[in-house]
Amino acid sequence: MNIPLTLLAILVFCVLAYLLAFRRARHKPQTELQSLPRYYGYLAALWAGLPALLLLCVWLALEPRLLDRELLANLPEHIRAQTVERQGLVLNDIKLKIESGQFEGDPAIEKAIEVYRRHRQQSSLLLMALVAVLGFSALAFASSRALLRRHARIGVERVMRLLLMASSGIAIATTVGIVLSVLFESLRFFQAVPLFDFMFGLEWSPQTAIRADQVGSSGSFGAVPLFVGTMLISAIALLIAVPVGLMSAIYLSEYASRRLRNFAKPMLEILAGIPTVVYGFFAALTVAPLVRNLGQSIGLDVSSESALAAGVVMGVMIIPFVSSLSDDVINAVPQALRDGSLALGATPSETVRQVIIPAALPGIVGGVLLAASRAIGETMIVVMAAGLAARLTINPLEAVTTVTVQIVTLLTGDQEFDSPKTLAAFALGLMLFVTTLLLNVLALRVVRKYREHYE
Amino acid sequence: MNKQSEIVRQSLKRRYRKERRFRVLGLTAVSVGFLFLGFLLGDIVNKALPAFSSTEIRLSLPMDRGRLGLPDDSGIDAQMLSQVDWQGLIRKSLRQQFPELRKRKQKKQLYKLVSSGAEFELRDRVAAHPEWIGGPAREFWLKADDDVDTWYKLETRVSRISPLQSEILETLERDGRLRSVFNIGLFTHGDSREPEMAGIRGALAGSFWTLLVTLLLTLPIGIAAALYLEEFAPRNRFTDFIEVNINNLAAVPSIVFGLLGLAVFINFFGLPRSAPLVGGLVLALMTLPTIIISARAAIKSVPPSIKEAAYGLGASRMQVVFHHVLPLSMPGILTGAIIGMAQALGETAPLLMIGMVAFIVDIPQGIFDSATVLPVQIYLWSDSPERAFTALTSATILVLLGFLAIMNALAIFLRKHFERRW
Repeated sequence: MNIPLTLLAILVFCVLAYLLAFRRARHKPQTELQSLPRYYGYLAALWAGLPALLLLCVWLALEPRLLDRELLANLPEHIRAQTVERQGLVLNDIKLKIESGQFEGDPAIEKAIEVYRRHRQQSSLLLMALVAVLGFSALAFASSRALLRRHARIGVERVMRLLLMASSGIAIATTVGIVLSVLFESLRFFQAVPLFDFMFGLEWSPQTAIRADQVGSSGSFGAVPLFVGTMLISAIALLIAVPVGLMSAIYLSEYASRRLRNFAKPMLEILAGIPTVVYGFFAALTVAPLVRNLGQSIGLDVSSESALAAGVVMGVMIIPFVSSLSDDVINAVPQALRDGSLALGATPSETVRQVIIPAALPGIVGGVLLAASRAIGETMIVVMAAGLAARLTINPLEAVTTVTVQIVTLLTGDQEFDSPKTLAAFALGLMLFVTTLLLNVLALRVVRKYREHYE
Repeated sequence: MNKQSEIVRQSLKRRYRKERRFRVLGLTAVSVGFLFLGFLLGDIVNKALPAFSSTEIRLSLPMDRGRLGLPDDSGIDAQMLSQVDWQGLIRKSLRQQFPELRKRKQKKQLYKLVSSGAEFELRDRVAAHPEWIGGPAREFWLKADDDVDTWYKLETRVSRISPLQSEILETLERDGRLRSVFNIGLFTHGDSREPEMAGIRGALAGSFWTLLVTLLLTLPIGIAAALYLEEFAPRNRFTDFIEVNINNLAAVPSIVFGLLGLAVFINFFGLPRSAPLVGGLVLALMTLPTIIISARAAIKSVPPSIKEAAYGLGASRMQVVFHHVLPLSMPGILTGAIIGMAQALGETAPLLMIGMVAFIVDIPQGIFDSATVLPVQIYLWSDSPERAFTALTSATILVLLGFLAIMNALAIFLRKHFERRW
């Protein structure tokens, strides 16, 4: 089917409908019309465009499925008897042959292909015909007298409003899409692997057997090592980011001169703008060897993919996150509180510690929770700098793996989509989504509930 | 003097000391951030420098038809040129330079000095100048192998070059047959297994197509959603629900969007893997919250007096919004959109999920071709063991950071020059 050509045809109909309606409306005296002439044009164009586009969407969604089903039904018995995955492979193979114009040896398959081809052509012609019918009826509407009796502006604005509303609904659709896609695949995973084993199992080795007689590939999906690894690296990151970020926010808002502040804040923001893959590269090629050499020089055995290196770099990445969030809440503390404390004879640092931080605490805690959610969901740094082997340890000098690393490794290899290995990635994704969602909601609640209200 | 003021005086010293310590601590925290930024950028620039130049070896190659194996007096076409044994010619020329190397092993080391991709470059160069054929022998500068490149650039000359090769190279250098030039191939070649032949053109094109899809989707949808929420939406549960959703989506880890793309766009809708179309769709969903949030802020900053004046002149709600509010808030919206695009340009993780990590040599020509993008290219190359790939990776990072800097500068410019304060 020729999608660009169909779209072009629809566009031409729109333009024609607009011109027809606009010219008709312009030749009428203004006093007899309820709207400006161009609104009649818009209305006619919408009539020409929207139904046809809708039809195209429905067609694109349904046609391949129906054709596939029919093709499958026409194929010989021995292919239909196979599993769904094998059928998919065979179908793909046949379709590739159709595209390249090759011939299948088997006459039965050849016949099925013939039917498939004929029906595809017919469907394409039918769509074209329908689009043409819709287009011409819109043109007829545009040149009819009924158009001019309508309240065109209100009609156009109603459609516009619906479109705007639909756009804002995409946010909901995205959330629903995330939840459904992750949830469905996870449920299929939990049919193969019990939820309890996944949540509390201590061993993670997702290598499932390709052949039944293979050795050492039982495939155990206990995710505890991943959770511990994620928390270890996030904890290291927060240990770096929270003190540094908070102290720089305090210094910049309470001590620094205006000039230093105007220079330093954008500089720190640069750290937030650097892509994570750059941090990952830096962590893997510069920081990790550095940490390793440092450790060796004081007699420690440090893994070359130590949690420490990944954690430190991740910590630096979220420094600006923590500092800008704390900066906002520190600036929101009213000046009167500061003045009062200073007037009682407290030094600036005492004011910060005993007045400003307590007043800003809910906001700071909220910011730290958001930073934690950011650290847990961070992917590229750990993919490049942390290990792959799941080890249950809290020693920061050893290599650990995280939830995000496992999602990436499980899904970037060549996999059949339905193996528990790939489904496990979705189960991990579900855990990740739920955890970060909870952290975010919690952060919002902390901020809302405990915020001091100043007049 | 009474006892109490004595106590205060003594504690004062301690408190001032504490004050000073606190200040120093704050300054240290700020400098830690700076130091790290400087260290990171310095390290990457330092690593990237070698990738911007490449080493070439000058060889004399015969151009007469007989030795090229081309038939006499007939036209030259690309088909014929690709059948010429260019590699053999290069090897022969090398052998003539160093006739003393007779053993197979020695010759093998000699051949390895020239990049295995040099023959294709040579073919393309001759194809561009068919008049050379049949003429006298010509001198060609050919790309050297990446090990030679490393050897030539490093002062210490320690690399994976054997003593024999190093001897040969020193002879070549004395004869003026070795030079270092700006590595144009970095920007004109696609990916390759040979670091000296690899370039980022493919990744640049992939990033372009992906961001084009993202921009075409997010900008209209983001503006529409922001307009609806700010100007039309009634205050009710549904609107609140939309807002909660947008705020939560802004904080969902990017990799989850990759899972969504894999499950919905690829497995459910059957869109092609590795295509900029799918990448753009996923990035669009990811950046949409950012764009909606910043567009709403821009729309909110338009003063009500303007809207009221328009209403007073008889404009409908839709007319007020599209004729006045939207044009006035456009600079702010565009600023947010550029920042969102910069975010999308640097994003890697969701694209790994939808298969944009393949090794792709061809330069993508549209949104349906298999492609990779700049950050993914960085990820792919950073895995390669060759030293030259580290330089390439760093150079790619510099290019990426350059684009991000330009985009952010553009955003700042827009904000400074077009945003009105009311």
